[in-house]
Amino acid sequence: MEVNILVGGAAGQGMDTVMNLLGKALTREGYGLIYTKDYMSRVRGGHNFSRLRIAAGKPWSNVETFDILVALNEETYYLHHDNLAPSGRVIYDPRLFDLPDDETRGVSVELENLAEEAGGKVMANTVAVGALLVLIGLPGTAVEELLKETFADKEGVAEENILALKAGMDAASRFCSSCFPLPSKSEGGKKLFIDGNQVLGMAALASGCRFLSAYPMTPSTGVMNYLAGKMKDYPIVVEQAEDEIAAVNMALGASYTGARSLTCTSGGGFSLMVEGLSLAGMTETPLVIILAMRPGPATGLPTRTEQGDLEFAIHGGHGEFPRAVLAATSHEDAFYRLNKAFELADRYQIPVLFLSDQNFADTHRTVEQYDFSRLNYNRCLAEEGQYEEPYKRYRFTESGVSPRALPGQFADQVVLVDSDEHDENGNIIEGAQARRLMVDKRMRKLTALAEEMDEPDLYGDPHPDTLLIGWGSTYGVLREAVDALSASGAKTAMLHFSDIWPLPRKRLNSLLPEVKLSCCVENNVTGQLASIIRRETGHLINRSILKYDGRPLLAHEIIAEVEKNAES
Amino acid sequence: MLKAEDYLVGETAWCPGCGNFSIRNALASALSELELSPHEVLICSGIGQAAKTPHYIRANGFNGLHGRALPPALGSRAANKNLKVIVASGDGDSYGEGGNHFIHNIRRNPNLAHLIHNNQVYGLTKGQASPTSEQGMITGVQVNGVAAPALNPLAMGLVLGAGFVARCFSGEKEHLKETIKAAINFEGYALVDILQPCVSFNKVNTWGWYKQRVYFPEIKDPQDWPAAMEMSRQWGEKIPLGIFYNHPRPIFESSLPALEGEPLASRPFDPASMSRVQDEFL
Repeated sequence: MEVNILVGGAAGQGMDTVMNLLGKALTREGYGLIYTKDYMSRVRGGHNFSRLRIAAGKPWSNVETFDILVALNEETYYLHHDNLAPSGRVIYDPRLFDLPDDETRGVSVELENLAEEAGGKVMANTVAVGALLVLIGLPGTAVEELLKETFADKEGVAEENILALKAGMDAASRFCSSCFPLPSKSEGGKKLFIDGNQVLGMAALASGCRFLSAYPMTPSTGVMNYLAGKMKDYPIVVEQAEDEIAAVNMALGASYTGARSLTCTSGGGFSLMVEGLSLAGMTETPLVIILAMRPGPATGLPTRTEQGDLEFAIHGGHGEFPRAVLAATSHEDAFYRLNKAFELADRYQIPVLFLSDQNFADTHRTVEQYDFSRLNYNRCLAEEGQYEEPYKRYRFTESGVSPRALPGQFADQVVLVDSDEHDENGNIIEGAQARRLMVDKRMRKLTALAEEMDEPDLYGDPHPDTLLIGWGSTYGVLREAVDALSASGAKTAMLHFSDIWPLPRKRLNSLLPEVKLSCCVENNVTGQLASIIRRETGHLINRSILKYDGRPLLAHEIIAEVEKNAES
Repeated sequence: MLKAEDYLVGETAWCPGCGNFSIRNALASALSELELSPHEVLICSGIGQAAKTPHYIRANGFNGLHGRALPPALGSRAANKNLKVIVASGDGDSYGEGGNHFIHNIRRNPNLAHLIHNNQVYGLTKGQASPTSEQGMITGVQVNGVAAPALNPLAMGLVLGAGFVARCFSGEKEHLKETIKAAINFEGYALVDILQPCVSFNKVNTWGWYKQRVYFPEIKDPQDWPAAMEMSRQWGEKIPLGIFYNHPRPIFESSLPALEGEPLASRPFDPASMSRVQDEFL
């Protein structure tokens, strides 16, 4: 049993407000849910919508059909009524538009009028929330509580909103009350209602990140917003750079002098950053870059999703140098995974790319509270007496990792870093032998780094006939596809990567020769992970399911493709 | 206390007669006279002949990318406000490739001294025009002469709100040293444009060309912005030297609550202490 809701309207009509209020209230009441956004690159007008799915346990992905449509304008109704369940309901404002005569699912609520009576038209969304609550049979108390918290500083505003909420409840109750019963509540204690960018921002803060420089770029900006909001209360500097070139170079300066540093961007900004990425490689300066992907090339689809920059993340930047590429797979994992990115950056003195995408960044889910004691903060700096004098930043070692000191850390010792090829001291050199030695030193780090990579998550039948392979934000949707395929009797599993580079290959090598069908599922057009697997392991992936229309994969699409492949 | 020569290290890759030598010596003398130990100083640079300075002065050094000397300098000020940060780079690096950073770091006003070795030409790439090359100067690329008028960095700095704007000449060594000291001590972004000859590629603005033209005007009030603007625009038969403008305003660092107390870089941290930060999502 589950309830699916779609709220749609023009940009600026405040779908976010409705969903955040409802999502958080449901989470507090103990329900598991997922809320995803589909929005246009504009401030006003156009068509935006959000989906909310409430399901038993915790839903991992959204679905195409829904039970309740909240149409804040007429266009929303016509764009979406085909996917509304026959037994579904449409909440709409009869003052704004009429439903067609043969439409029997209408719940007419004078959203704007009722809001105005309660105190102002701006609260039309609160009226809509009230109507929604009645349809799903949820009492208004949790939402009322939230309204009081939200408007604690604004006298009278909470009270007016509560009036609006109740007006919406009264109006809708004339049509149907509790006609969409909620699923069973999820187990465990209090849960978080949080989106992907907030997960990453919080993980960075709790990982001891002290410096973020970035240029605003959808869909990464939420990380910047989150951390900027913490500047008053926590020791972190967030600086909006003049461009992404400055952003990455500022972060490198802050990291070199001792702050755990981060930058975040999307593909176009990352294009500007790759020279700085290469500088991080050459100067061996720890740096984490969150790359929240959206469809390219160029400006592409700014507010949509894609997994098109995997190869770019692995190869971006001139020259050859070690790096790690990790990905956000789920809200549960990404919190700890980003901490790992910071740890790897410090331990190996390398840049670490952390891949996210719009699908992950903008999606809210109900998740268990995080265990902060699982996070690490090891800066791996040289300590007094643990380095040879005079201090040399690039001293040769067996591991390739040189003792790292900070400028000013030790009296009379200086730290010199250089983007030219350099000697152990950091001074420019051009000799062939010296060059070879320094390249070898840097690349030696890869041996230990490769051992740090987690093998991909294997979920489903341990001896599958069909193996679905994916990475990043497709974790949830693949998991639900595997569950559905397994339930229908097919021996199916998924192999899902969160640590991607250096490519962990033990499970690939053991599973791929055994399965009847291997299928890479990716949100891109060329099947980038499949290419990497073939190149790195020699294994050919039989099939691919690729989606590149800027929208996230849906479970039913994957299931249909797999079943089609199984038949052929 | 270290002597000036104690700050000099490495074998330079500069041409004999290059103005960089005087600038290097003046910087070493300034550090010595300010009694700054090498580990207390950070020199950031980009790429170019001038940008090799971190290799030739004993101090911490971040010799980064072409045009990108200022962003890491800003980052380093955030992470460790105890470091004396000096940016030493050329005119191409600072005004051309790094133009955007030049604009916005003047606006930010971090506490650093920006020394621009301005020889009005590209040296390392062998003689192309720089943003400050004289209009009409013929080079291997600007074969019909430089078409665009030269960028005026001092006027630009003043318009953008720089609190410290100075012009020096590498041939006026004492003045150069004293100006560098004042720039390092200045609370905020200090712009020091240092005219220097390029003996290999600039046959127009030679040592003699500068020597004949430079003079020290009387600066009655270093907070008189219109007067500073007028001096910064003098160019041609007479070229004024001096600290045209000296008027501090709140610095970048003072707007950051995180920088109160110990430098960020040296504070201890325990992630487990942070668990309450998730409460807002409950």
